[in-house]
Amino acid sequence: MKKINENQNKITLNPTTVVSEEHNVYLATPSKVEKPVVAPIAQEAPIEEAPTEEKAKQTTQPVEPAYTPYVSKKKGLSLNGKKALSGWLFCLPFVLGVIGIYLPMVIKSIEVSFRGSFGSDDYLNFDAYKLVFIDDGRFTTTVMDAMGELVLQIPAIVIFSLFMAIILNQKMTGRTFFRAVFFLPVILSTGIIDAIDTKMNLGAVTESGGVDNNTGEEAGGFISALDVDMLLSNVKIKIGEFDLAEMVVSLINDIFKIVSRSGVQMLIFLSGLQSISPSIYESCQMEGATAWETFWKITLPMISPMILVNAIYTVVDLFTAADNLVMQGLAGYGGLFGSKNPGNFSAGIWVYILLVLVVIVIVALIMKTVVFYQRKD
Amino acid sequence: MDTVKVKRESKNKIKVDFERAPLKERLKQKFLSINFLTKVVFVIFRTVLLIGITFIILYPYIKKILSSIMSISDMKDATVILISKNPTHIQYWYILTQNGYLKAFITTFLVSLSVALIQTLVCALVAYGLAKFKFKGNAIVFGFVIMTLMIPQDALKNSMDAWFRQITLFETTLNPISFILKPLQEWFGLFENGYGFSNSIIPLYILSIFGLGFKNGLFIFMLRQFFKGVPDELEESAFVDGSSTLRTFFSIIIPISIPMLVTVFIFAFSWQWTDDFYTSLFLSQDDSALTLMKHIAVTPPKIAEMLKNEVSNISSAYQTAIMGTASILIALPLIVAYVFLQRRIVEGVERSGIVG
Repeated sequence: MKKINENQNKITLNPTTVVSEEHNVYLATPSKVEKPVVAPIAQEAPIEEAPTEEKAKQTTQPVEPAYTPYVSKKKGLSLNGKKALSGWLFCLPFVLGVIGIYLPMVIKSIEVSFRGSFGSDDYLNFDAYKLVFIDDGRFTTTVMDAMGELVLQIPAIVIFSLFMAIILNQKMTGRTFFRAVFFLPVILSTGIIDAIDTKMNLGAVTESGGVDNNTGEEAGGFISALDVDMLLSNVKIKIGEFDLAEMVVSLINDIFKIVSRSGVQMLIFLSGLQSISPSIYESCQMEGATAWETFWKITLPMISPMILVNAIYTVVDLFTAADNLVMQGLAGYGGLFGSKNPGNFSAGIWVYILLVLVVIVIVALIMKTVVFYQRKD
Repeated sequence: MDTVKVKRESKNKIKVDFERAPLKERLKQKFLSINFLTKVVFVIFRTVLLIGITFIILYPYIKKILSSIMSISDMKDATVILISKNPTHIQYWYILTQNGYLKAFITTFLVSLSVALIQTLVCALVAYGLAKFKFKGNAIVFGFVIMTLMIPQDALKNSMDAWFRQITLFETTLNPISFILKPLQEWFGLFENGYGFSNSIIPLYILSIFGLGFKNGLFIFMLRQFFKGVPDELEESAFVDGSSTLRTFFSIIIPISIPMLVTVFIFAFSWQWTDDFYTSLFLSQDDSALTLMKHIAVTPPKIAEMLKNEVSNISSAYQTAIMGTASILIALPLIVAYVFLQRRIVEGVERSGIVG
């Protein structure tokens, strides 16, 4: 109680205003809400001018204008400054980690690519790069092959996950079950389980023609190229290397990969779909728009920022996946480009990362022309 | 009052009209409209599609489970593709008893649980700082988050190995972390030639504490988007009531973001559970001190050797079946946890409102 009184006195120092009796009464019962904000000031209030209760009653003033400038004068940090400080404090673990561990590791890794190995003393040794680019021609061909494959898979994954997210967003029986199944690969096809699957698949492929593969299903996937060729025999589209039938076959054979790699994207799209206000759809219905029109005019523009996020996430996810051709080559599975040597490995992977960054920038630039932001701020 | 009366009358009239119409007409109206037909076609299309893709997703698991109970005679029989003729549980028995499954389970569970908890908490703190506070360098810190997301962990494999295993790196580098880590490292190094954290899981915890663990960039990104959706008024009113920022975070923000945190926790837990990269980097292959789930998967050749004494000539199909069995046993606890928690995942992401 005493604190509050003091505080009242402090506030009422300014003697210029004369206030009516009613206002006086109002201030005599201090409101509790303001207490915590004002309390720290009260503690620091200088005692020299400690005014009496009488004075306080004589000269009162509306509370706010009197004490706000006072805070900024007395405390070292303004409110914004304090906020910035606590922002830094919250980010402290990550910032420390990046400065102390992550960046040195990145620098070391780049440095090794120029040094050849960890122990060696010579700087600016381009042997590793020479080996990767010139001596061992396999790097460039593998990267080009992987890129060609991924150029097909990225749109496939984004479109598939958008399509499935829209379907899984509808009300139907068994929705929970289907959602659970669709997100299962996010959790299960990672790390060691994924590695075992890859190994098993490799085993099945190398053993093709073996005992349990006489059906050809395990090795070849779900359908064979012949079926699709027959199906698409009337629509032979071939422009140079670009063959529609082959594309379709490779996509269908990769369907498990596409499905299992689109779990996180589906989650992101689902959350995006949930955030579209239902009133927009209602007004669309009132205007007589069909479901088709609603999709192209409402859903797609509203979800386009998510398409950008997902496209970039997919690029990163696919390019850095362990079963990617280049990553496998770099990890030394196929004995590609002598990557057991840390210098060659680092050189190869950093060139690859730069390429991925270029791809990401291209994808972002393409998507940026399409993306629609609801609020421009 | 009048309008209400009119409405009621007309409603009654419609009802009466409807009931007067013969049943045949009514059914015609309902079922022979274009609207209804398109609806039916769409539902059929949707159901077929969903069931088909569900099959595609589940087929490898089903195949693995079915081949895990096959005996050797089934492997040699060309007529057996999925359903075993002489089911056996010998693969399970070997992995469970001879491979130390229980010990691996407990160790992996404890490691995954602690790592996932640390990662969730740290990522939530960093994400909250990035989402709710404006400070100079916010964009730069977020840029680093994206950078950790983009650079594959394999790129840092060699330098990470060198970093945590060779003490010399710490001595030459002037940075705040080495002052914290060096004593730790020396203390642990006492047991192993005085060099680094060899054969220890501690680097994993160090990475987690600094938000640099596996896919932590993704967690920070997801949580940041979530926290951006939390209304500022909550924190403002807490501030007015005299709560400090940290207290606001722990007693207001954390409780309302439980679904999202559970999602992140599930991801962190299951990705740590199936982790291959860090465990093989920091632990040696034949490590007896720390048995992780990974080692269950490494051991199948051993089982094959064991079986060799009993059966001559084991086909490689049988070896892959054993590997499949190991992966079932690794995945099983995750599946059980997922069945109970999957509602939370969807709920958490639905509420997150990730808007780019």
